[in-house]
Amino acid sequence: MLTSEPPYRDPAVLSAIEPGDVTAAPPDVSQEIRPLTNHSSPGHSKPRKAFPVLGIDYTHVRIPFEISLWILLACLMKLGFHVIPSVSNIVPESCLLIVVGLLVGGLIKGVGESPPILKSDIFFLFLLPPIILDAGYFLPLRQFTENLGTILIFAVVGTLWNAFFLGGLMYAVCQISGTGLNHIGLLANLLFGSIISAVDPVAVLAVFEEIHINELLHILVFGESLLNDAVTVVLYHLFEEYANFDQVTVTDIVLGFLSFFVVSLGGVFVGVVYGVIAAFTSRFTSHIRVIEPLFVFLYSYMAYLSAELFHLSGIMALIASGVVMRPYVEANISHKSHTTIKYFLKMWSSVSETLIFIFLGVSTVAGQHYWNWTFVISTLIFCLIARVLGVLGLTWFINKFRIVKLTPKDQFIIAYGGLRGAIAFSLGYLLDYEHFGMRDMFLTAIITVIFFTVFVQGMTIRPLVDLLAVKKKQETKRSINEEIHTQFLDHLLTGIEDICGHYGHHHWKDKLNRFNKKYMKKCLIAGERSKEPQLIAFYHKMEMKQAIELVESGGLGKIPSAISTVSMQNINPKALPVERILPALSKDKEEEIRKILRNNLQKTRQRLRSYNRHTLVADPYEEAWNQMLLRRQKARQLEQKMNNFLTVPSHKLDSPTMSRARIGSDPLAYEPKSDSENLPIITIDPASPQSPESVDLVNEELKGMSRLPPSPEEEEEEGLVMHVKESSSPGTDDVFTPGAGDSPSNQRMMRCLSDPGPRPAPEEGEPFIPKGQ
Amino acid sequence: MGSSNSMPEEIQELADKTGFTLEQIEHLHRRFKQISGDQPTIRKESFDRIPDLEFNPIRSKIVRAFFDKRNLRQASVGLTDEINFEDFLTIMSYFRPIEMNMDEEQLDHFRKEKLKFLFHMYDSDNDGKITLHEYRKVVEELLSGNPHLEKESARSIADGAMMEAASICVGQMEPDQVYEGITFEDFLKMWQGIDIDTKMHVRFLNMEPIAHCH
Repeated sequence: MLTSEPPYRDPAVLSAIEPGDVTAAPPDVSQEIRPLTNHSSPGHSKPRKAFPVLGIDYTHVRIPFEISLWILLACLMKLGFHVIPSVSNIVPESCLLIVVGLLVGGLIKGVGESPPILKSDIFFLFLLPPIILDAGYFLPLRQFTENLGTILIFAVVGTLWNAFFLGGLMYAVCQISGTGLNHIGLLANLLFGSIISAVDPVAVLAVFEEIHINELLHILVFGESLLNDAVTVVLYHLFEEYANFDQVTVTDIVLGFLSFFVVSLGGVFVGVVYGVIAAFTSRFTSHIRVIEPLFVFLYSYMAYLSAELFHLSGIMALIASGVVMRPYVEANISHKSHTTIKYFLKMWSSVSETLIFIFLGVSTVAGQHYWNWTFVISTLIFCLIARVLGVLGLTWFINKFRIVKLTPKDQFIIAYGGLRGAIAFSLGYLLDYEHFGMRDMFLTAIITVIFFTVFVQGMTIRPLVDLLAVKKKQETKRSINEEIHTQFLDHLLTGIEDICGHYGHHHWKDKLNRFNKKYMKKCLIAGERSKEPQLIAFYHKMEMKQAIELVESGGLGKIPSAISTVSMQNINPKALPVERILPALSKDKEEEIRKILRNNLQKTRQRLRSYNRHTLVADPYEEAWNQMLLRRQKARQLEQKMNNFLTVPSHKLDSPTMSRARIGSDPLAYEPKSDSENLPIITIDPASPQSPESVDLVNEELKGMSRLPPSPEEEEEEGLVMHVKESSSPGTDDVFTPGAGDSPSNQRMMRCLSDPGPRPAPEEGEPFIPKGQ
Repeated sequence: MGSSNSMPEEIQELADKTGFTLEQIEHLHRRFKQISGDQPTIRKESFDRIPDLEFNPIRSKIVRAFFDKRNLRQASVGLTDEINFEDFLTIMSYFRPIEMNMDEEQLDHFRKEKLKFLFHMYDSDNDGKITLHEYRKVVEELLSGNPHLEKESARSIADGAMMEAASICVGQMEPDQVYEGITFEDFLKMWQGIDIDTKMHVRFLNMEPIAHCH
């Protein structure tokens, strides 16, 4: 097969080429200057060449150079398409990329070189896995398992139907005299049918990504394209083996049937094993976070290769390993690693997809074609008919068992979305000439079908979706409410099922979850997180996400409105019964004070923000920092007991000066508790905001409190220990002075001096500013 | 209906009222007898016979829902002590899957019924809204399967969820506005994203009897 493609793709061949062999290199390779090494001269009789200052050695870097050039071309193309938005709205990216491939192929051919063809090895070993891993790792598991029955029926029965229907009909066509196709036997036709009948995940992904169709349809077509790999593998090998014998015995059929189960279940098993190993490994990576993503990629790739090793379904192994490892790995790895994994997978799959489509175009130009009108046209027509009939028939059968029936609109989209792609091409390419002389004709037909489905169906599916008003994907943000409700509903339905005695979907899911919690999580998740229930994990994830969003947006941008205006005050204004303060340790008193202060400071800070943004010139970094602290403070506050000793209700905000005046002048606002000998009294001088004197005042008061026994946490005490800052000047929000105690409340304490504090309602108990100062 | 020779007319009546098929009613009747131990009515304790229900964190709420008068379409509120087969069927009818031949109005009504059932499960004190306290209880129960968890986590989740609900239903709030609780309309709003019709159903096609029943 070396004659049909240039040798540069095959490293084994290249190594056989001597470095000085100019004929193997493309014409633009200039002379190589090998100073001194190749000289076989015995002595110094050869004239000395001048020392080469500049030299060119192309063959040395040839392979990586050309590979990089191709990838760079792919990326630049992707870039280019998005610069011109009008084109990408009408034509899906895959079409544009094929056209680019055609152009590039034509260009190379025009120059006189033979353009590279997409070799099957390269495709199956390097280009396909990233796409499948990306799909498998981020598979929406809930929808997938809910529709698993439907997907399996479409994948297995649908593909079988397609293959046999198409193969049989093509055989019939070949028998028609006058077409010149009589030499193609039944099995060869069936083989052809099995190659062309599989829906291609790459093409489906490429087209469906852009049309944002509703999740049900997306998962049906996409799931089908993933799971039909097992069927394709079995059929392909079966027919390839026996195509030349023109007769298949019953034993072979039975064996083929068996091998289907072996291939699919074996692939899944391999994937699960690698997934569990990966999850287990990730348990111990807490000290070397940097290589965590690499484990995910390597284990998945090994799963794929191991499955391919045994002729099992590599795609199913890859999907299974991604699905199995994901929940455990995500619980173990750091957030950055998670982001890295996400971005690397997206990047690789994106580049792979682009390269595949470009190479499809190039291969079309480069390959040898044999065009036979009858064969090609009839293939095309029968493909479409087979798909439509298959979908219709299967849906009629499936709808008997589904709760949510598939409407005719859905069926149309499923049938129309059955795109063929590069897998079919590569499988066809793998056929060898000796056994399959009509390989070129097959390839031509395959390419025609691919072009048709990608161009015609790919381009028209979007206007059709709009025309038929198919439900689109709803961009809903996952909210904590939804999570609570969904879990509640799950438990409720499980309970009802148990009461009915019906061991249905929910019952088994619940059993699996319990098994998971009891055994798997303990082994595979590190540390405390193994016991974390799903709701808590979800909540933490959301809080984290919001905090990161806030910091990233710089704090100046739009703050999620859910958080900014609705605070605890809005939903829980009633004072919880004031607990009589038992003669507790002063540590508790400190806690109280701290909480009160935080409560008040945080609220006023919140409100004052609106003034700050417009009136004061705020340093953006500092603003973001403050926001971050605010958010964290809020989060911490939420986690504390709400049985605060004081819940100070808010009041209408006056201007800062007014409030300050009010506090200063209203001696009756606060009364110290009678039994509060241990209460450290904090005196606040409202007159001079943030002046060092007022700080001293507070400090001295505190220092004078001998009744305050030193507790171990006073060192890092956040509310009551004040370091005097000599360099502070009034009016600056000096957040970053080192040594000022970098606890957030410390800084807030500073601000307290200028912020108004809310007044407690008269019936509130615990004051914090003593009467009469 | 403890006798085994049930009258076809009665069954037909029940079928019309609740929407089940005759076959499903037969199944459910067998199940009812198993739970009740051949008694005509079941009480809360009868649900202890179902072993699988032990693991369910919201077990008490589910059992309670069976005895909630609002769900049984009775005029009064509160809990009743025992329910008969017809009441049992009424509760089960909330979990019927939707049928193709329903029109828009029926679908909407069906949907509201299911959501009302859920709402009653959250709103235990029958005051028509889910207060923060009740919501906290719900979250605590959901997390009750993890004994080592602190109460604060449940509370903070409930608080966060309540705030989110407030912002969805009311939008921007002044600092001194108070959000009383989630009313049924707000509840509907929150569930808009989730397709309740397709989710809240149990297949009644084939059921296995409990293998063991003390």
